[in-house]
Amino acid sequence: MTALLEVKNLATHFFTRNGVVKAVDDVSFTLDTGEILGLVGESGSGKSMTGYSLLGLIDPPGRIVRGSIRLKGQELVGLPQRELRSLRGRRLAMVFQDPMTTLNPVLTIAEQIRLAIEAHERVSPAASRARAIDVLTRVGLPDADARLDSYPHQFSGGMRQRVAIAIALLNRPDLIIADEPTTALDVSIQAQILTEMKSLVRDLGTALIWISHDLAVVSAMASRILVMYAGRIVESGPTAAVLRTPQHPYTNGLLNSLPSRAAPGQELTQISGLPPSLATLPPGCAFHPRCPKADGVCQTPPDVTASGARGWRCHHPLHGEAA
Amino acid sequence: MLGFLIQRLIQAAVVMMLISALVFIGVFAVGNPIDVLISPDVTQQIRLDTIAAYGFDKPLWEQYLNFLDRLVHGNFGRSFVFNMPVLQLILSRLPATLELTVAAVVGAMVIGIPLGMYAGYRPDSPVTKTIMGLSILGFSVPTFWIGLVLIMTFAVHLGVLPAGGRGDTVAVLGVEWSFLTLNGLSHLFLPALNLSLFKLAMMIRLARAGTREIMLTDTIKFARATGQSEWTILRRHVLRQIAIPIVTVLGLEFGSTLAFAVVTETIFSWPGVGKLIIDSIQSLDRPVMVAYLMLVAFLFIVINFLVDIAYAALDPRLRTRRA
Amino acid sequence: MDKATPLGRFWAEFRESHIATAALALILAVGTLALLAPWIAPQNPYDIGTLVLMDARRPPGHVGANGFVYWLGTDAQGRDLLSATMYGLRISVQIGVAAGFIAFVVGATLGATAAFVGGRIEMLVMRFIDLQLSFPAILLALVLSALLGQGKTQIVIALVTAQYAYFARTAHGAASAERAKDYVEAALSTPLPASRVIFRHILPNCLPPLIVVATVQVANSIALEATLSFLGLGLPVTEPSLGTLIANGFQYMLSGRYWISIYPGIALIVLIVAINLVGDQIRDQLNPRLKR
Repeated sequence: MTALLEVKNLATHFFTRNGVVKAVDDVSFTLDTGEILGLVGESGSGKSMTGYSLLGLIDPPGRIVRGSIRLKGQELVGLPQRELRSLRGRRLAMVFQDPMTTLNPVLTIAEQIRLAIEAHERVSPAASRARAIDVLTRVGLPDADARLDSYPHQFSGGMRQRVAIAIALLNRPDLIIADEPTTALDVSIQAQILTEMKSLVRDLGTALIWISHDLAVVSAMASRILVMYAGRIVESGPTAAVLRTPQHPYTNGLLNSLPSRAAPGQELTQISGLPPSLATLPPGCAFHPRCPKADGVCQTPPDVTASGARGWRCHHPLHGEAA
Repeated sequence: MLGFLIQRLIQAAVVMMLISALVFIGVFAVGNPIDVLISPDVTQQIRLDTIAAYGFDKPLWEQYLNFLDRLVHGNFGRSFVFNMPVLQLILSRLPATLELTVAAVVGAMVIGIPLGMYAGYRPDSPVTKTIMGLSILGFSVPTFWIGLVLIMTFAVHLGVLPAGGRGDTVAVLGVEWSFLTLNGLSHLFLPALNLSLFKLAMMIRLARAGTREIMLTDTIKFARATGQSEWTILRRHVLRQIAIPIVTVLGLEFGSTLAFAVVTETIFSWPGVGKLIIDSIQSLDRPVMVAYLMLVAFLFIVINFLVDIAYAALDPRLRTRRA
Repeated sequence: MDKATPLGRFWAEFRESHIATAALALILAVGTLALLAPWIAPQNPYDIGTLVLMDARRPPGHVGANGFVYWLGTDAQGRDLLSATMYGLRISVQIGVAAGFIAFVVGATLGATAAFVGGRIEMLVMRFIDLQLSFPAILLALVLSALLGQGKTQIVIALVTAQYAYFARTAHGAASAERAKDYVEAALSTPLPASRVIFRHILPNCLPPLIVVATVQVANSIALEATLSFLGLGLPVTEPSLGTLIANGFQYMLSGRYWISIYPGIALIVLIVAINLVGDQIRDQLNPRLKR
């Protein structure tokens, strides 16, 4: 069965005045229909850029320099903008982090939904309104009809994000990419949205890539997880397995630094050092300057080792070859 | 919304009172008020009669009340030079100036906003660089100089457009307008162009700055992610958002344009209020000067008031906050 | 210049823009020309004795009665346009800089003091400033000029009155931001008098935006003075500024004697555009929002 999404050796570089920033460097993964994939990493790891690359939303001075992105067999890299645009919002959709800045402050919700629908088909105002009410109700927004003529600033943060999610769902896309959608919200709202999104995508059969720096959130959502560091995927596999027996020292470091893992009264463990600048990456494994298990061989870039459903990019995996 | 309006109205009234007081002090208390009302070459008897009639021998505060009373009744005295009531004189010349100013402002908007948006959308294209270079000229070069160059080029060298004066007029609603005749338009073109250039440069710069800033926001990214075309984005998202600062500036600059009309009218011998004031200054026609000041101040207050309303109408965030 | 100091870095970045550097060089050249005009101009256009009426309205390059070459032609009174333009530039620069500087000092002090004092006084002062700002500078300058009459001092007063408000508002904005910062609280807790705090501590930190406004306003002053002189207000005919010269030549434009207006005009434009270019560059460099 062909996967819904096949990404092979994707590389997105930014050609700036201060050098080439390798935001995404050799990223490969697949995604099946209806699957929820988690993409975890710190700021600057390239996770958001990966998401943007999938939609072709990379602005100059950046561009996709090599690799392939196949959606249901159709190659997206190198596709002319006109065709990409017809795919965006219809087969692929994205939800961003801060709904206050993603929704246009001077247009009503009805107008914004209408624009999103009209991007792909002609509709009468009445039909557009009906669809808007339908999709807003589906995301759990009460009193949708009355709300349609309000402006974004009249909503709470959680409701705004629901509107953004509703817009993403408008045309029943095959894949939604959610870039830190709950980071800007209260923790209680966060939990609500997580649950709702999970059931929504299950009901509609939409695949979901959930990008976050929060390992706890991702582990609640995703069945499979990808860990990114300095533009590369350093570990991948089923969520439960990866969290139970992480292979990559970075994943291990992330897990150990979770407050829930620390015993009360004990100091929180941290990963020593700072993430590298993406313009001047260290040679070989990008993590080795901070890695407790690093040695001379780490100066050469490690290849991806695959074992069953899991994969890792490390010379010294924590659990050897066992998965 | 109503409270907002009333609040603004009261403010406007207070300012008018203040200005009337200032003008009163400047003209009647500091200067010799008689010189403002009577031509220097009248008989002594007429002088004495006028002093009694206007109550210049009365205490100052009483004179001020008389002054206000006269203002409210539109009595600004009679022009020395034209020997007709000043208000009538000014009102007869006002349509010409309004015609010129409106043409200039509309021209500046219609040409300037699209050019500026293009410059903001494609900041590195050679066309943009040309536009920006020309805008610096429009900004820096004094209006009177451009007027001279325009006359030189079009009227003297090429001989296609007249060098001055107003063309044939058609009466609409009891007022003479010249833009409704072809001859009138040919006379209107150069002065309107001259007057508009400064505003044009300003519009271009404003539209460019606004467009550039908005294109980098998440709103645009989100709109792109839904598959909306660049054209839709520029028209429905960018234009709508830059409209707010542009309208504000436009309103305020309308008043300034009206003021600059003084220069343009002088160069092109356009029979408007601006030329009137210059002639009055040179011929020491004081009643006209005083009346001009008051009327201009009044006009400014009205314009500011209208801009405030327009601002609230365009930016929905302001409406709910004030109410 | 040492790259380590803020000024050094500023200058290094400034030099990267060829246009701005060229403009700056131009301004310096014009400034020097203006300063030295009484010594290097071929003729003193104010001295009526040196004017030869027969040489009036001659085209550029004309050789006059006593072998004197009029490089840029002559005007209606027989004035050598090259000299008249140089003197005119001198006046324009003098007035522009004087008006800009005084408006700067008056406006900045007013704005900063208002921000410092706070309370009702601040509110009243700033309301007044806002009011004045909504009134176009040209009208204000026009009216004042008409009231005060012609002359250098008068026009500087008119220009300063029309422009100090821009400085006041900018200074107020910057000073308010500074006032809220901790180092001001610290300085105020010492026995230092308030005026000392304003002048030695707050004002220097408000300088960057004020400098930007200053360059714009100097260019504006020059343009405004030229416009006023053109309209017959401003400077008397005996001390012709560039605006007066252009006005004098206006009537001859239609009969083909373009040089009387054109050359002073070009000098004026070049000066203003150069100042604006330099001002633009300074503004872009000082704008924190454009730092990528």
